[in-house]
Amino acid sequence: MKIGFYPGCSLTGSSREYNESLLSISKAAGIELVEITDWNCCGATAAHNLNKELSVSLPARNLALAELDEMEELVVPCAACYNRLIMTQHELNEDEALKNLIAQKLQMPLKNGIKILNVLQFLEKYFVPRLEELVKNPLEHDVACYYGCLLVRPNKVMKAERWEDPMTMDVIMQKLGAKPIDWPFKTECCGAGFSVSAPDIVGELSGKIVRSAVDRGAKALVVACPMCHSNLDMRRPAIESYLKRKVDVPVIYITQAIALAMGLSAKEAGIQRHFVPVNLTVNR
Amino acid sequence: MMHKEDLSVEIRKNTEVNVRECYQCGKCTAGCPVADRMDIRPSVIMRMLQSGDAADLDKILRSNSIWLCLTCETCYSRCPMELDIPKIMDFLRQKSLAEGKVHREARKIVAFHKSFLGRVKNNGRLHEMGLIVDYKIRSVSSGTLFQDVLLAPGMFSRGKLHILPEQIKDKKGLSRLFKNQFKSRKP
Repeated sequence: MKIGFYPGCSLTGSSREYNESLLSISKAAGIELVEITDWNCCGATAAHNLNKELSVSLPARNLALAELDEMEELVVPCAACYNRLIMTQHELNEDEALKNLIAQKLQMPLKNGIKILNVLQFLEKYFVPRLEELVKNPLEHDVACYYGCLLVRPNKVMKAERWEDPMTMDVIMQKLGAKPIDWPFKTECCGAGFSVSAPDIVGELSGKIVRSAVDRGAKALVVACPMCHSNLDMRRPAIESYLKRKVDVPVIYITQAIALAMGLSAKEAGIQRHFVPVNLTVNR
Repeated sequence: MMHKEDLSVEIRKNTEVNVRECYQCGKCTAGCPVADRMDIRPSVIMRMLQSGDAADLDKILRSNSIWLCLTCETCYSRCPMELDIPKIMDFLRQKSLAEGKVHREARKIVAFHKSFLGRVKNNGRLHEMGLIVDYKIRSVSSGTLFQDVLLAPGMFSRGKLHILPEQIKDKKGLSRLFKNQFKSRKP
């Protein structure tokens, strides 16, 4: 089975283990993710903060290219890219005149009807019904499922169920044999795009998240967003200086958790690329 | 001189949000993860926008708050009137930038966004190493030169930092998006 794929820039660099683990589990499940031909950056926070038109035209180019590639469904693993693509699709469908202007500028047709899936929607549709058959090594750990902002908000567009206390990742982790903890920081913001320009804010916001997870007994945080991951993992020194204590809880992508539970190798899951070492012993 | 009516009309035209619907319940400020760092808090910004006062607007455009907003969407999701406050923040940021009113402490954040868009304009995709170098040049006066220098070798050894950027093929089509932008379009 072939499904359209928009990796986004982070997955080619700082979060390449997210890309590797997603592609590994898809391949093992017989799903081929096909990249949009000549895709471009979605513009991220920079575009919507500084330039309204680019915040729509950059994502729209990808949507138009995906249509030219005759994709019906598009998987967007980065939560921030997903937000920009789905918001653009929503905005253009609400505003026919803007849609026509953008299509003119792109010099490409734009029907704007492609089904965009974030990683949780993708996993729910293609993996959850088959997890029992796919799981070889149950992950018997207490874990904190951390959703962050853009997988559940804005809820008016996302229409996520239980957006203050989402459960999709918790359900997946449970099916992998883990024990998801009940905790109050599931959808708090990690500091997002301030990783470089205001790392002290990231230290505080991510620090509170990590502290809550650890204090409630989590042996790992599970995430589904490259920004959340780099803030919680790579920015650990900023977190530790805010918390004034050392914290060694690892942060793994949900796709890595699935890869390990499916019995794929640590390398196929990209576990070796983290800053905080991952020592989740898997029963062999 | 801006009339009181004009501001809420201008905001509505650009964001489709009617600031007059805000009844000051304060949920936006209560849930905002950076409210305690803000010089003017979200619910107060909403109240000041309702007043339509030019001096109030000027204070908002010169505030650090609008740049501290992370677009986490918590305020919008919890607002009982479903007011899209993050969209208003985008509008205010762009206005602040256009009028040269960016708060001193927010210059690093703006420098980062500018570097980011500059890299995308050049390559079509973000090259993280190029972004960091460009950002450091732009923000050198803010003392960021040596920040994160220790991070680079760790990223490199984990295969997370590439020396050369990935480039898209259709540069011409991309550069069209950066040129001749439609100014204030009437809805």
